[in-house]
Amino acid sequence: MERQLIKGNEAIVKGAILAGCRAYYGYPITPASEIAQAAALYMPLVGGTFLQAESEIAAINMVYGASGTGQRVMTASSSPGISLKQEGISYIAGAELPCVIVDVMRGGPGLGNIAPEQSDYHQMVKGGGHGNYKNIVLAPNSAQEMCDLTMLAFELSDKYRNPAVVLADGFIGQMMEPVVFPKPVTEFPEKKWAIRGTVGDKRNLISSIELDPDDLERHNRKLQQKYAIISQTEVRFQEYELEDAEYILVAFGIVSRLVQSAVDTLREDGVKVGMLRPITLMPFPTLPIEKYAANERVKFFSVFELNNGQMVEDVRLAVNGKKPVKFYGRMGGNVPTIQELVDQVKKQMREL
Amino acid sequence: MSTKILSKSEGFYDVYDRRPGTDKDTTHYCPGCGHGILHKLIAEALTDFGVKDNAIIISPVGCSVFAYYYFSAGNLQAAHGRAPAVATGVKRSLPESIVISYQGDGDLAAIGGNEILHAANRGEAISVFFVNNAIYGMTGGQMAPTTLIGQKTTTTPYGRTVANEGYPIKMSEIIASLTAPVYVERVMMADTKSISNTRRAVRKAIKNQVEKKGFSFVEVLSTCPTGWKMTAPQAEEWIKTTLAQHFPLGVLKDISGDVEPLNLDHHLLPTDRIGKAINLPEADADQPKFVIPDTVNEEIKISGFGGQGVLSLGVWLSEFGMREGLNVSWIPSYGPEMRGGTAHCHVKLANRPIGSPLVVHPTILVATNRPSLEKFEKEVIPGGKIFWDNSLMDITPSRTDIIRYPVPATEIANQLGNTKTANVVMLGVITGVSEFLDENIVRRTLPQIFKKKHLLDINMQAFNKGLEVAASLKRIA
Repeated sequence: MERQLIKGNEAIVKGAILAGCRAYYGYPITPASEIAQAAALYMPLVGGTFLQAESEIAAINMVYGASGTGQRVMTASSSPGISLKQEGISYIAGAELPCVIVDVMRGGPGLGNIAPEQSDYHQMVKGGGHGNYKNIVLAPNSAQEMCDLTMLAFELSDKYRNPAVVLADGFIGQMMEPVVFPKPVTEFPEKKWAIRGTVGDKRNLISSIELDPDDLERHNRKLQQKYAIISQTEVRFQEYELEDAEYILVAFGIVSRLVQSAVDTLREDGVKVGMLRPITLMPFPTLPIEKYAANERVKFFSVFELNNGQMVEDVRLAVNGKKPVKFYGRMGGNVPTIQELVDQVKKQMREL
Repeated sequence: MSTKILSKSEGFYDVYDRRPGTDKDTTHYCPGCGHGILHKLIAEALTDFGVKDNAIIISPVGCSVFAYYYFSAGNLQAAHGRAPAVATGVKRSLPESIVISYQGDGDLAAIGGNEILHAANRGEAISVFFVNNAIYGMTGGQMAPTTLIGQKTTTTPYGRTVANEGYPIKMSEIIASLTAPVYVERVMMADTKSISNTRRAVRKAIKNQVEKKGFSFVEVLSTCPTGWKMTAPQAEEWIKTTLAQHFPLGVLKDISGDVEPLNLDHHLLPTDRIGKAINLPEADADQPKFVIPDTVNEEIKISGFGGQGVLSLGVWLSEFGMREGLNVSWIPSYGPEMRGGTAHCHVKLANRPIGSPLVVHPTILVATNRPSLEKFEKEVIPGGKIFWDNSLMDITPSRTDIIRYPVPATEIANQLGNTKTANVVMLGVITGVSEFLDENIVRRTLPQIFKKKHLLDINMQAFNKGLEVAASLKRIA
């Protein structure tokens, strides 16, 4: 297959189009604007819709409308913009509409800065808007995965009638790498619930209202059941040098690339270290972590993030006290060097 | 009391079975409320124009949140104020459907002010019905943006004041001031005659959409006896004597007779043509033969002023490396790294998978201005290569454990007549002295980078000059 050198942000749009997405609604924000720009460039050429909305709020509600018609639709933004979208995401989750939301995370809180952070983990993985809902969250760590996981996001989103998030960061968005693009998707699931303005779907209703407490509880239980099924069937993760690892480093997104290099360096020094990388953050790879936590060989887990320690909470829940769980995070857009990670692991080993 | 319904529009469901409770025949609206009448006028119009089966109703948040109990149509229930945005998404996906956005005054004029303004300004080909009863009904009679000065509500218990809440907002006038809307009218529902007039306006707004004319907006002054604490007849009278005095009735804009029907069609591209449309790569049948070592592990930092083409040079090196079958990554200076005014990029080329894309200890440094050389010289690994543009700086690397490549790139580029080719001169030198870059791959790829012939010619000259410099530098070494 031919490889194309391409920015992660652009790979997302090409992947989306190959996945059958023909509608993009968004609002410009650094460092996600290249996604809107690429969508503006390509959507009209394939007969799709690109619309720069008046606000993040309008954009996500346009997504709500387009998704209600059964169309594969997406939006993209960066952290402050995602905060604004949360209202709409809650309605989309409540109405059980599929859609893909890309979050190219930047530094916060507030306006923060445009440098890479991973501080949207909580707002995307744990819900973010009001109500008992969860997004499906996929975390790419390469330009190739920006394409592949965007395509997967459309598939899972349709399959479970649930918003799916591609949680990237400024680094992966800006980075150019070779990407092999797959063939366009030609088979799509039937959407009997969609509203298409025909006699056949006149009884259909897209709504998140359930006035009766029993009805709303039933609806919520159904949602939780769905998340449970997703947790059982859709977990994806990468294992790197874990066969004999005594120390397990956990990282997602761009940090996993740094940690992978740190593992190589530590291995050269004879340290038996490996990496477990969650590719799906919701569902979280709880069982694999539980399995390693139960292994006598493993001495500790160490979580590296570009935030104040968000994913580490899920690692701790999975480890459940069986082994120490260390954490090292950088914030503000600062990215650790490989040596910094290596030194941290060695320090944590000494402290054990 | 029993009610006998003589006939119901086909635009309504026969039985309102989504309505909770035992009453499935009547609406949930209070006695004397205008919503039911307006619903009926819309349902009738959809039926009469033969579009009831293509209609999609966007219900808002407010008393009409349950419009989907009644309309026999595709129904989407929107978040507070967002109906015009939802309608936009629906209409853009289904241009043949008839999309009705139905909103109250709090929904449209307060929390959804931005959405309605921009849907109108884009001229979305939808019909908007705006029910103005000067109060929030569903939440319990609070002030609306359209509440009159002096009017008492549960949140203006002493009456609305200009000093605290400002003036009632006139949405129709605002919408009519925009260029795109084709039809804007304010009507009232206070008696048989005014309801008949409202019926005409509703039909016009829907007919405009059937005829693809564009954005239509009908503001309907409507009763809220409960919120106003009046009887139904008092409420009707109040519309006539008071509300309509503050919100003048009439057509504020109508260009529907003058505009051509919109072309809303989508032409979906066949699957087999998508790859070309989105510029996916095709197999290069003329891929030249090349020789590179199987131990490539280059970490390259290229740095200079913005505009010197340092980022492009990095992208090209990555492109050539990819075509040689290597793993490559390119990342521009980003975030806090950008402090200091120099632009730079990190390029990695390797046989094995690339972990971190960041270059901390370069095997190759290309510096095209003085600050770059000063800043990054110390990072280069012992035995690494430093290329610097010695036509632009009067310093040289101080280290002796590196291989030095002074390149008068800008001077050569100027001699060629185009300063911008300096980065291609540098590319030629790097190609000439490096084993990981095969000249054949570069020569094959340059025409794909410089597609215009005059640009290709001068850049090929620059590349050849770079190779000459490389040859002379190797002789010196």
